[in-house]
Amino acid sequence: MQQQTTNTDFEVRSLDAMCVNDEEVKTPGWHNIKYLIMGAVFGIVLIKSEVISWYRIQEMFRLQSFHMFGVIGSAVAVGALSVFLIKKLKIKSIYGETIVLPEKSFNKGQIYGGLLFGFGWAMTGACPGPLFAQLGYGATTILVTILAALTGTWVYGKFREQLPH
Amino acid sequence: MNIIEWIKQPWPWYVAGPIIGLMVPALLIFGNKTFGISSSLRHVCAACVPAKIPFFQYDWKKEIWNLFFVFGIFLGGILTALYFQDDASVVVNENLVNELSGYGITEINGLIPEQLFGWSQVGTLRGIILMVFGGFLVGFGTRYAGGCTSGHAIMGLSNLQLPSLIATISFMAGGFIMANLILPYILAL
Repeated sequence: MQQQTTNTDFEVRSLDAMCVNDEEVKTPGWHNIKYLIMGAVFGIVLIKSEVISWYRIQEMFRLQSFHMFGVIGSAVAVGALSVFLIKKLKIKSIYGETIVLPEKSFNKGQIYGGLLFGFGWAMTGACPGPLFAQLGYGATTILVTILAALTGTWVYGKFREQLPH
Repeated sequence: MNIIEWIKQPWPWYVAGPIIGLMVPALLIFGNKTFGISSSLRHVCAACVPAKIPFFQYDWKKEIWNLFFVFGIFLGGILTALYFQDDASVVVNENLVNELSGYGITEINGLIPEQLFGWSQVGTLRGIILMVFGGFLVGFGTRYAGGCTSGHAIMGLSNLQLPSLIATISFMAGGFIMANLILPYILAL
């Protein structure tokens, strides 16, 4: 593998030198089914709570409804409490691994990229998760949006070195 | 009321939010994975069109769990459409309904306005800007920022990461600017 420049993408953990815990336990491929199930639960929640609704996103950015703020706020509250408990009680994964969370470092991409994503979020009414849920729910034109998002990701990768970080 | 009827209704934020939040410990405990969705787009690029770009030269198979998760979201969408679809019409804020009707968007039903995102709109300037350009910004912006609503706003904030707070504020600022200052001109096209 080629040496990457400074890591800005802490979601891809196999590239994060601080979190090489993926190598510890080798699991059979069919274990990935659990992620499929968790994804399906997540998808159902996104739709039934109308997080994938273009209208709800517009209401959020116009301060016309509390709904989206409530969803994100309570999700963060539950997530933060969980992370706190996992660290405090030193809870291990079901494979006995120590759970290590990446420490992210600041770069200007979080501002520039964040603003650009915010523009796209308000236009499409969807962030990446909802895009896949909308497609499954039957909004077939979202295939166009997903292809455009893949193109955007590819173009970012292509011109990454020229962009301020 | 039976459970299926209950599931079919729109869920309030205090039910949906905590379940979404529980995705964080579920992924950590069941597989030592951090919640994040937008990186799936990078893995698809790395798998399909790496084109010798350094950003896409890595072993995407090590991250395959993320593609399973995303495919699960898609399946969740199909399951909801098949079994948990709600017949009631969607409730939208009156001010938004009035604003949209000013742009000729009068059919407020479903979760996505057909008059903006239907196949008949794919060829129009407004449709291209919203779907193609908007989608491009979602893909470009999330990777530039290193995460999206799930990776930064939920996972990152849950882990009290300052960079994720900066990113989340930027997402929101971008959304407010677009929805209030720029989108009206696009919708008027």
